[in-house]
Amino acid sequence: MRLSRQSAALAGSVAAVALLAACSGGSSTPTASGSGTGTGTAAADAGTVRPFDPAHKGGTFLALAKAAGGTLDPQVNYTLQYWQLYQATYDGLVAFTKADGEASFTVVPDLAESIPAPTNGGKTYVFTLRKGIKFSDGKDVTVDDVVASFQRIYKVSSPTAGSFYSGIVGADACIKTPKTCTLEGGVVGDAAAGTVTINLKAPDAEILYKLAVPHASVLPKDAPAQDAGTKPIAGTGAYMFESYDPNKALVLKRNPNFTEWNRAAQPEGYPDQITMQFGQTVEAAVTAVQNGQADWVFDDIPADRLGEIGTTYADQAHVNALTAYWYLPMNVNIPPFDNLKARQAVNYAVDRAAIVKLFGGSNLAAPVCTILPPGFPGHVDDCQYSKPAGATWTAPDLEKAKQLVQESGTAGQEVQVIVQDDEVNKAIGENVASTLTQIGYKATAKPISGNIQFTYIQNTKNKVQISLSQWYQDYPAASDFLNVLLGCASFVPESDSSINIAGYCNKDVQAKMDEALALGVTDQKAADAIWAQVDKTVMTDSPQAPLITPKKIDFLGKRVGNYQFSKQFYMLVSQLWVQ
Amino acid sequence: MTDGPTHAPVARPEAPSASPAGQPASGPAPATGPWRTALRHLRRDRVAMGSAVVLLLVVAACLLAPVYEKSIAGTDAFTSNVNGTTLVDGQEVPVMQAEAGGLGLGVTPIGPTGDPAHYLLGADPQGRDVAARLLYGGRNSLFIGAVSALLCCALAVLVGVSAGYFGGVVDGVLSRVLDVLWAFPVYLLAICLSVVLLTSGLTLGPVTIDAGSLALPVFIIGLIYVPYVARPLRGQVMSLREKEFIQSSVGAGASDLRILLREVLPNVVPTVIVFLPLMTSINMLTESALSFLSIGVQPPDASWGTIINDGLGLLYTRPAVAIAPGAAIAVTAVALNLLGDGVRDALDPKAKLRGAV
Repeated sequence: MRLSRQSAALAGSVAAVALLAACSGGSSTPTASGSGTGTGTAAADAGTVRPFDPAHKGGTFLALAKAAGGTLDPQVNYTLQYWQLYQATYDGLVAFTKADGEASFTVVPDLAESIPAPTNGGKTYVFTLRKGIKFSDGKDVTVDDVVASFQRIYKVSSPTAGSFYSGIVGADACIKTPKTCTLEGGVVGDAAAGTVTINLKAPDAEILYKLAVPHASVLPKDAPAQDAGTKPIAGTGAYMFESYDPNKALVLKRNPNFTEWNRAAQPEGYPDQITMQFGQTVEAAVTAVQNGQADWVFDDIPADRLGEIGTTYADQAHVNALTAYWYLPMNVNIPPFDNLKARQAVNYAVDRAAIVKLFGGSNLAAPVCTILPPGFPGHVDDCQYSKPAGATWTAPDLEKAKQLVQESGTAGQEVQVIVQDDEVNKAIGENVASTLTQIGYKATAKPISGNIQFTYIQNTKNKVQISLSQWYQDYPAASDFLNVLLGCASFVPESDSSINIAGYCNKDVQAKMDEALALGVTDQKAADAIWAQVDKTVMTDSPQAPLITPKKIDFLGKRVGNYQFSKQFYMLVSQLWVQ
Repeated sequence: MTDGPTHAPVARPEAPSASPAGQPASGPAPATGPWRTALRHLRRDRVAMGSAVVLLLVVAACLLAPVYEKSIAGTDAFTSNVNGTTLVDGQEVPVMQAEAGGLGLGVTPIGPTGDPAHYLLGADPQGRDVAARLLYGGRNSLFIGAVSALLCCALAVLVGVSAGYFGGVVDGVLSRVLDVLWAFPVYLLAICLSVVLLTSGLTLGPVTIDAGSLALPVFIIGLIYVPYVARPLRGQVMSLREKEFIQSSVGAGASDLRILLREVLPNVVPTVIVFLPLMTSINMLTESALSFLSIGVQPPDASWGTIINDGLGLLYTRPAVAIAPGAAIAVTAVALNLLGDGVRDALDPKAKLRGAV
């Protein structure tokens, strides 16, 4: 997932995940426990969920965002901005735990009574639907609604229809002809028994994660078969969208038909109303929160306000590490980076400490040398491109980089670094261009609009040599980074949806990734060990230069309390106290 | 703006007895040429002279940018120096200073030190010396402003004189082309051209301009203001064409080329000279605007517009990064305009050039 609004353009590009999971061919059932980093699933409710305190119920929480996040349709929108709000408005059969920290990676039953043990060699899941749950429009949630919602994923061409959900039986036909999608044999409802059966083409260790993201929300069966746009669709969460004007505001009010059934999955919220107003500059939003006129700045805090927030308003700022990274994809199919030594030279040369400073300092980012971010399943501290090489990055090795450029025979070539035109991206791009110039290239940074940069750098027609990009996890699995960003299936020449921006396809590495995906069904820890090997091998090939792993600041009003940060979906908006 | 004549025809430069304004020379004083008279008028204009001195100082300072950069500041104005250090009051301090208090968020470039040898005006977001970049930026801004003004005036003379002299179909076609060009809001046209050409560069027959070349903003800015200069020139030439000295040349059988070169051009040159400083000022402002929008001069090159852009994100903490180039633009633009007014007054005191355009 990308953090910003243009992430919706990612669309179906992440074909590798489900596709390869579907090819994994294992026969055992998914494990109930995850890796050492807190991933996995749990049949029981998580124990770290805070109890409800009625004394703080009420009030209006006012958030400020520079702009709206696009469509309100939970099966179409792919932005953090609204995914955060969907946590309080929509439910799937399962959900990530609404809790602080690592516990948020645990999947718990939501509209389903429990998480079923898979049968049929890991390919079939039979969910029993809870009884008595109603949509915000007063209608009962039925098995038919669940089946229709899965069909709707394809009918509305959800960005992840071809990736996350392509492993469901019948998905191929739905992807080919979305309008007539029935998912025959894939998602089967039994109204009498109150069950929904999901049949997969092959075991998928990550299927429960995929069912817990907003694209798998359960919606009324009469929801429009196309993107609902600005018209809210009824949901089952503690809140419902009351109004939405992308030029003014998005308003959430309590769902009158909501009764808490599993606090870990869908807790009752505190504010009576949640409003996100659009149109102010981030500078103005920061000032409004400082003055007590608003409760939250959604957008990234401008660099020149960080110091003041970190000192004068330190008690109102919350800084959290993200499972994400910023990196430089290098096109391995065109000069100069079709040369291994040229790519390795870039990895040696980039000054990650400088990039950290340009991002806002060591308390907001940390250098990385691997594709899997620290704390992520499969991550092992290892830095081949540091001076000296070691577990973590220490300093750039410009001399080695210059030597490699000379040996590669690419010295003197022109290189353009394509970056987004916002302040931080531009600054990092200029720094990288300056570094490339120092090691022997004629490099320039080329900022282009953030609205098109992400798709522009993916399309091979644009002959992008090197660019600056970011990746934020969709769910806590190594494949969401390695297989999505560097898998052969993710490279689609001449397409705007080719998320393998480097165009890297190493058959041996792909085989290893396939092996890890298959092994993950039965033994996630062993699979993670393979992912670690894959990470190291890929870094030797250097199709990317990982730069930093970022942190996120939530700047809240003085009156706001009960802050909780889900590592999966970030700040839990509905759990904040405003009185 | 009108299509009609906007200038009283200035006297022919080869007529030694007339002033540039077409006024009779006064008294029995020795005869002086119109150019000399104009220069004398200009010298007496203290405001114009003061402006010229300011301009000369700005140009000289900008030309000395490499000297300042290497010999005084000892920095590299085009290379990132995010991890660098400098001396302040004899102590070594980082150029990019991390916030130490509270949560330790944010890194701020060093502010103005007042020491020419160590970040006189502070550092920009890449840790580069703002003062050195200001001087280099001035070179580019002034170069683009001046050369595009020359290009603009040259094209305008070609188009305006041809349209005004030949009239008929030639005038109809050229005037409509100017009308179409002028119908676009100037900045919008410049932005559109810049966005398109900055991606792929420009190829005009055998001439190719690279995407990152300074020639690109020169070409774009020079082109978009052609109607601004060409239309008054056309009107002036239409008026000149009816004058007796032109008619007599026609009657004497002189060729069009000869009439244009010997009779018409010398009479429009003073107008063009008046336009030059004004266009330099306007073009420099346009260049700054385009560079501020990241579609003019491309990094790591600098112009005053790019430096303001660099400083935009530092307005709260390091306003000097944006204010310094802003002040430089303001001073230079005012100086150019005042000098332009002085030149106009000296060459053609009766003209209402500003009102006409």
